[in-house]
Amino acid sequence: MTVNHIRRTLLKSGAAVAATSLAAPWVRAAGGTTFKIGYVSPQTGPLAAFAEPDAFTLEQVRKAVAGGIVSGGKKYVVEIVYKDSQSNPNRAGAAAAELILRDKVDLVIASSTPATTNPVADQCELNGVPCITNDAPWQPYFFGRKGDPKQGFEWTYHFFWGLEDIIGAFSSLWGKIPTSKAVGGLWPNDEDGNAWGDGKLGFPPVLASKGFKVVDRGRFQSPINNFSSFISAFKGAGVDIVTGVVPPPDFANFWNQAGQQGFRPKIVTVAKATEFPAAIAAFGDRAEGLTVELMWSPAHPFKSSLTGQSARQLADAYMAASGKPWTMPLGLKHSLFETALDVLKRSGGKDPEAIRNAIRGTSLDTVVGHIDFRKGPVPNISKTPLVAGQWQKRGKGLELVIVDNSQAPMIPVQAELLPIKYG
Amino acid sequence: MTETIIQGLLLGGLYCLFSLGLSLMFGVMRLTNIAQGDLIVAGGFAAISVAPLVGGHFVMAGVVLLPVAFAVGYALQRTVLNRTLGKDPLPSLVVTFGLSIVIQNALLEIYSADPRSLDAGELATGSLNLGGDIYVGTLPLLILVAALACTAGLQLLFSTTSLGRAFRAVSDDREVAELMGLNSAKVYSVATALAFVLIALAGLFQGLRTTVSPADGPLLLLFAFESVIIGGMGSFWGTFVGALVLGVSQQVGFKFDPGWGVWFGHLVFLAVLLVRPNGLFPKTKG
Repeated sequence: MTVNHIRRTLLKSGAAVAATSLAAPWVRAAGGTTFKIGYVSPQTGPLAAFAEPDAFTLEQVRKAVAGGIVSGGKKYVVEIVYKDSQSNPNRAGAAAAELILRDKVDLVIASSTPATTNPVADQCELNGVPCITNDAPWQPYFFGRKGDPKQGFEWTYHFFWGLEDIIGAFSSLWGKIPTSKAVGGLWPNDEDGNAWGDGKLGFPPVLASKGFKVVDRGRFQSPINNFSSFISAFKGAGVDIVTGVVPPPDFANFWNQAGQQGFRPKIVTVAKATEFPAAIAAFGDRAEGLTVELMWSPAHPFKSSLTGQSARQLADAYMAASGKPWTMPLGLKHSLFETALDVLKRSGGKDPEAIRNAIRGTSLDTVVGHIDFRKGPVPNISKTPLVAGQWQKRGKGLELVIVDNSQAPMIPVQAELLPIKYG
Repeated sequence: MTETIIQGLLLGGLYCLFSLGLSLMFGVMRLTNIAQGDLIVAGGFAAISVAPLVGGHFVMAGVVLLPVAFAVGYALQRTVLNRTLGKDPLPSLVVTFGLSIVIQNALLEIYSADPRSLDAGELATGSLNLGGDIYVGTLPLLILVAALACTAGLQLLFSTTSLGRAFRAVSDDREVAELMGLNSAKVYSVATALAFVLIALAGLFQGLRTTVSPADGPLLLLFAFESVIIGGMGSFWGTFVGALVLGVSQQVGFKFDPGWGVWFGHLVFLAVLLVRPNGLFPKTKG
């Protein structure tokens, strides 16, 4: 029976191959006027907050390209294939492989933390498919993928800020009010945590040189449901400033347990976790005063190359359409599609090398800043500006306002930094 | 160090709730419930779904959920698990293993992979000062007290009530107990129903204390299993102590290095297995 079954399967797949090769000329004809963009994003899982604006962005982009785009004098239909990474690096890699091998996309884009960008970019590099990613600091992206600063990568490009920006922004921010200058680190054992907490390239050496004392208990496995050993170490060392890069559910655990155990830092600047209004809303009043890096806000003086909207208008359109507060990934997702479409318009056709060359030649003002992969600190990288913000009371709710612009003076500061108040 | 041990004991309280249901089902019918962890996660999700329907408060969610859990446990034992019991332990293992996979995938389908938690309101950050710099969270303390109460309650039920006598009788010798007029199928079903109430309570507390996501189950099962084995099969106080030992070991591990917590718990578990293969306070043999 097994033998029969195998034979039948063979026959079937043989027939399928025959059918495909027969149909091939027609497929190629249709494919010739369609640009397929594959998009990988963490729709579910601990990183799902990053993907919140996806539905809005996709609708906006599909509307913008509804009439097709012109490239090399020819009109192309743009099709977007959207895949979920489930916040899991293995799933993200598999999704990219599916896009490349099954959907045969012309360009892969991905966004939101190295857990998404790195496996996707690795798949593209391996298969020779052009790829643009963002929303992950460039060091974990570049060095996490064993990039060589002399050579760079062949097919994969990335735009975002780097650790030097966030370290600069955070340390400038922490110098604004008097503290014990003792900094507690929450750096998990993942691409971000390992890069940020790295003894040579990460926070600890720079902070030490700026007169801060770093309390680093080492990398921990996320998800973690018990932070009491961290809290008692921080209390013991007189920590006034807590920093790190932690997924929202882990930070919720930390912040609740800090409350339970009477730990009251003056400044809490934890990346990832407090970037999102939904995560912040869950803390109620206890979110007031939390600080976070800010890579995009309605106050950024940039506008979209796709829709012509200013950052403020983009945020307003999102809030009107979704009924939710604006969130940082909105600008980043939008800019990712801005760049992708700009590249396809300049590529002149579907040839992967032409598309890759178009990415190399990018010089585009997007809603998150100027993108140019030739001017980065290492090949394949373009840097976008970073400031720091604080959740402050405005009217009844909390709003994220810019309190430090030391790394990007073109973006104006909106308010003074305030220490966290404890009732 | 005092603080580490206090936090470990509090964590142990939660592990005790994870493991009591497992201990009960094993004690009465020698059934190892591989789906224990996933059932706890399912309990957490159920509480999260029920809470908004009953005014958002977790106590109300518990009031609604626990009787439902009792009914579900009874029905599951009556219709499915009773058929798997016998001299051979394999069928029940395989069936509960299958159940575990079904639950995980059903949860993933219904709730997606997002971690969720149950809103504890004021309780989330409330704490008591034990003098000096030592604070104890109200919620973890409540969980430890609940674990203590459940353990004492189960022990009392087993040693002083006629239901407890029936549990012990079918546990000791099912055939003879049936000759004496006990309906073992019914007794088993009541035991599982009670175990499910404990599981639902554990899920509720897990959802309150941290987060639940569909893939958490196997790790919770491992903690439950380790607690039961450290404590010794069939003894509720043993399970309680085993859970505290596990909680403190993990906390001490975390104290040395944040990556060591869970690993340290496993080490202590293995050490106990080596030194006392039957656990610290074994009651049941085989």
